[in-house]
Amino acid sequence: MAISRAEVEHVARLARLGLTEAEIEALTEQLGRILAHMEVLRQVDTRDVPPTYHVLPLQNVLRTDTVQESLSQEAALRNAPQAEAGAFKVPKITEG
Amino acid sequence: MSATTKLTATRLNRLFLAGELSAEEIVEAYLERIQAVDGQVGAYLTVTAAEARERARKLDARRKAGDTALGPLAGVPVAIKDNICTQGIRTTCASRILENFVPPYDATVVSRLQAAGAIIIGKTNLDEFAMGSSTENSAFQVTRNPWDISRVPGGSSGGSAAAVAADLCAAALGSDTGGSIRQPAALCGVVGLKPTYGAVSRYGLVAFASSLDQIGPITKDVADAALLLSVIAGYDRRDSTSHPDADRLQRIQLPTDPNLSGIRVGVPREYFAQGVEPGVRQAVEQAIAKLAELGATVDEVSLPHTEYALDAYYIVATAEASSNLARYDGVRYGLRAEADSVTEMYLRTRQQGFGLEVKRRIMLGTYALSAGYYDAYYKKAQQVRTLVIRDFEAAFRRFDVLVAPTSPTVAWGLGERLDDPLAMYMADILTIPANLAGLPAISIPCGLSQGLPVGLQIIGRHFDEPTVLRVAYAYEKVTQHHQTRPALGQ
Repeated sequence: MAISRAEVEHVARLARLGLTEAEIEALTEQLGRILAHMEVLRQVDTRDVPPTYHVLPLQNVLRTDTVQESLSQEAALRNAPQAEAGAFKVPKITEG
Repeated sequence: MSATTKLTATRLNRLFLAGELSAEEIVEAYLERIQAVDGQVGAYLTVTAAEARERARKLDARRKAGDTALGPLAGVPVAIKDNICTQGIRTTCASRILENFVPPYDATVVSRLQAAGAIIIGKTNLDEFAMGSSTENSAFQVTRNPWDISRVPGGSSGGSAAAVAADLCAAALGSDTGGSIRQPAALCGVVGLKPTYGAVSRYGLVAFASSLDQIGPITKDVADAALLLSVIAGYDRRDSTSHPDADRLQRIQLPTDPNLSGIRVGVPREYFAQGVEPGVRQAVEQAIAKLAELGATVDEVSLPHTEYALDAYYIVATAEASSNLARYDGVRYGLRAEADSVTEMYLRTRQQGFGLEVKRRIMLGTYALSAGYYDAYYKKAQQVRTLVIRDFEAAFRRFDVLVAPTSPTVAWGLGERLDDPLAMYMADILTIPANLAGLPAISIPCGLSQGLPVGLQIIGRHFDEPTVLRVAYAYEKVTQHHQTRPALGQ
């Protein structure tokens, strides 16, 4: 099953991934080939087979909520592209 | 000088503790070698010369002052794959999006190495965000195979493997999501160990596919792999997938006797199917015969779902990656492309910051998780994963370890597979199943084919690194393959 150009553009929007014209074309072709290869999985009978999300039987890893040292505000903001008044600064989010 | 850089971590530590080599001498020998040879190899993205010298001076001072708690890696220069956070040292993941990222903290493995006396000598190249099998997806530079600089070193930990093979560090850390430690180790003729999932803390490892990622050592021999594992393994409350049994791996005894009687070795027939080069098959079959000579019982076994592992993996890994890489949005760290609205900023930042393979995987993963496709791809892949795990469980009822080639081929030419993502993905076909099942697996050198290294892969049960290492160590003791080094810069 090939993937259409419209689907590629839709998935790119979902992933907030800007793509050039050339990338959209290349990805439509390549993802189509990769997804066609993955069709092989349809041959596998997985009725009543539970999915594995974690390989180790760890459950509900809890710890007590204790006060401890953490990054300073300054250290946490040091890599920020833009910061102001102790916060990350971004372009406007709402219209109007 | 070059004699120093050939030594194993175990030997360097012994010479340092005995006062026969100072840490400064060791560090200078490596910096000199990096200066002379890394221009050809391209293993390092960052060489931490000043920090390493400073640390060496402190270690020398402590030793002279009679400090007897210097640690099992004291004086040993170790390279770190550049997707593992180092406080105050740029950690790029070989991506434009993190080109100027300086972590405010150390990964747990880095803290553990330093507590054991190791000297961080630099950060090594990788495929961007560890996505690739040749290290060619780095945004910054090409790394070449020290055995033949027209060929790839494998990947994604190609910088770490090439650095160990070219004597540019005593040992290195890599990360392995689908073979990224074992495959480059095989292609560069060194030892690479992927520990059991949950054995080594992932805290500070930049996440690619969280249910598969695991940090491990790349070393010159098996004893060094055991040594580094014993240092980096252990429970860590900062990693919710860290396992309490991990602490057991801090005390691994390698038997001096290479006798393997009582060890049951399974040879999965599917791992020798089409695509495995004759020269690789021959070297691995000879290695298996050697294990039998050492007293192991060897028999064939079937892992019938092997042929589905690759496709299941590329769904699971890309799905997890698409989620993990959502954090690179230009807000808190990394690259930001200027724009008038926040959505436009996301789109442009990610467009400019990610390379093509990363984009390909984000797209594939987002597609597999998207409405209408989830059951057909993601859920199906996780069910197939269960079947792959059941195959292993059945095999490990009869066998203690499974042995196979690490990579179906030796190192291929630079650029050969760049335009064919599927051909590149095939490079991981024999290493991926161990990641899907979370099993420990090692690659050790077992000879040459066409003058290039071949790796023998040994897979064990969960947390049974001691048996995996015992078999690897026995083989190494009675062979010389691990001592064969590339001629580069000699």
